[in-house]
Amino acid sequence: MFKKILIANRGEIAVRVLRACHEMGIAAVVVYSDVDRAALHVRKADEAYPLGAAAASESYLNIGKILDVARRSGADAIHPGYGFLSENAKFAQACRDAGVKFIGPTAAAMDAMGSKTRARQAMEKAGVPFVPGTSRGVESFEEAEQVAARIGYPVMLKAAAGGGGKGMRLVHGPAQLKSSLEAARSEAQSSFGDDEVYIEKAIINPRHIEMQVLADEHGHTVYLGERECSLQRRHQKVLEEAPSPIVDAEMRRRMGEVAVRVARAADYTNAGTVEFLVDQQKNFYFLEMNTRLQVEHPVTELVAGLDLVHLQIGIAAGEKLPCTQEDVRLRGHAIECRIYAEDPDNNYFPSPGEITLLLEPSGPGIRQDSGMYEGWKVPLDYDPLLAKLIGYGTDREQAISRLRRALSEYFVGGIKTNLSLFRRILGDADFLSAKLDTGFLDRMLKRTEDKSVDSRPAEVAAIAAGVFAALGATVPGAGNGGGNSGLPADKVTSNWTSASRREALR
Amino acid sequence: MLFEVTIDGRNYRLKLDRNDGRWRCHLDGREFEVDAILVRPDVLSLRVGNTAYEVKSERVAGDLYLWVGGTRFGAEVRDPRSLRGRTRAGEDHGAKKIVAPMPGKVVRLLVRDGDEVELGSGVAVVEAMKMQNEIKSPKKGTVRKILKSEGEAVNAGDVLAIVE
Repeated sequence: MFKKILIANRGEIAVRVLRACHEMGIAAVVVYSDVDRAALHVRKADEAYPLGAAAASESYLNIGKILDVARRSGADAIHPGYGFLSENAKFAQACRDAGVKFIGPTAAAMDAMGSKTRARQAMEKAGVPFVPGTSRGVESFEEAEQVAARIGYPVMLKAAAGGGGKGMRLVHGPAQLKSSLEAARSEAQSSFGDDEVYIEKAIINPRHIEMQVLADEHGHTVYLGERECSLQRRHQKVLEEAPSPIVDAEMRRRMGEVAVRVARAADYTNAGTVEFLVDQQKNFYFLEMNTRLQVEHPVTELVAGLDLVHLQIGIAAGEKLPCTQEDVRLRGHAIECRIYAEDPDNNYFPSPGEITLLLEPSGPGIRQDSGMYEGWKVPLDYDPLLAKLIGYGTDREQAISRLRRALSEYFVGGIKTNLSLFRRILGDADFLSAKLDTGFLDRMLKRTEDKSVDSRPAEVAAIAAGVFAALGATVPGAGNGGGNSGLPADKVTSNWTSASRREALR
Repeated sequence: MLFEVTIDGRNYRLKLDRNDGRWRCHLDGREFEVDAILVRPDVLSLRVGNTAYEVKSERVAGDLYLWVGGTRFGAEVRDPRSLRGRTRAGEDHGAKKIVAPMPGKVVRLLVRDGDEVELGSGVAVVEAMKMQNEIKSPKKGTVRKILKSEGEAVNAGDVLAIVE
């Protein structure tokens, strides 16, 4: 087993991997950019090395600097997390050349899967079902026009090197094609350094369901069940659950077997995810394979009773899979909410800043994978994912009720978050009856929210405002003078004063 | 103690008197028995009668918000003795400022001075946290002025353009 693992990532996933290392008795080395010195993963690490400027190319995407840290720290393996270098075949190869084990698939398997267009060519040979479209990038606008006309509108433009919804555009008709193609190309270039874009027939309101696979380096591959990831905004997943409410044992077996075939066709090792689009008749089409640990892996961990990061590390260390397909048993239901620093009242714009107050939920069936803490300043340089709140229950209803209860306990002050979005989703009639598809969120957000007409909470707020002011805990006259010191008035008073105030209230 | 409190635009007159460790509270003339403990900075455990609430206080860019359960209320508290009648600066008639809702970088301007824009049509694209976001016009009108250029860094609240 490894003695020391370098975690080439930041945020909640760096903390997640770091915890697994510590559970396995492995020392954790982390890296950080200038704006992340105070980040949670640095606070919890055994060793931490600065990388330089905030820009990802100077820090978390810089292969040379990261390998240099691996050498200096004496790490024998690197876990890339998700995003950043996790699906970069050059990085996987460079690790191998440097004699450090990359915890993930080989560069060759990534190469086969990393480009969506090449994956498609390989999978067509393996007889995997596909959505109609091009299996290579389009060269010109004219070619795009012809392809779109052949497969029929609406079409989806996708960055070949893409992920996370970047470089993706839905095109309803020929008039939008040119501007959409330019936008997709420019976003692909700036996000991935590669402007290759391909075209697929858009399946309207499909479900997005993915299958977790795990393969060791001794030829064993298993699937660990599916995740329903249909709740998306701008092609970014917002809430995921396992199992999918529409997948029965038979469909799970068929999807799982296709996923294993996909993995085997690429000589895939370690954890990976095969994504499918599912249409209203429950036909499923291969979308892509993600050659990394997914953000939403906790829901699978909870229903399968396995720790995927432990397993990833074990596989990379040469261990055999501890279970066969027959041993894999799914139990209960898990749902994950992705807590983002973004403003629901302002079109979900990112909302960086200082977290002035953090009250986190706990209790039965609640797991939180978080990269934030009170007093931490969320930098504006990276993805706005703060934490993941996962609810587990005997069945879907219980998982939902536990999450709703946990959300009522959860409070993040000082920055805007999308917590209110989850309160809404988890109370939505269509969500409760599991009528999910990738258009669900856009439709829900177009409806105006039922605001309670109860005047009681407003009166309570009025009373509380006065009490806060009477206690000197809040400066009367919000918004006046001095701007934003970032310090509530209470924090500048001494503990003695607050203690005496508290006493005085009794 | 006497306060004028505004909650989401509605004014309340609040009188608080400490009474044997609790508060006797008059809200617009109605009387409540209130028991309050500041359990930690910014968090008040409140009992109004026997009904319990946890109220959180949050200050964002100088504005005060109070949260009761999952509901956020904009709050202002004035001490009427200070006679500080402040009014919010009125919106310029007709002209609307288009502001950057968050810090980031202007990657593209979609309009030029003098362009006609529709309500909801794109004015600029601002990139932050790896997401490109289109800033839309709040009204139909004419672009009177563009104050930022492509590539320029912006802070939250910076005016990008004015539409009249």
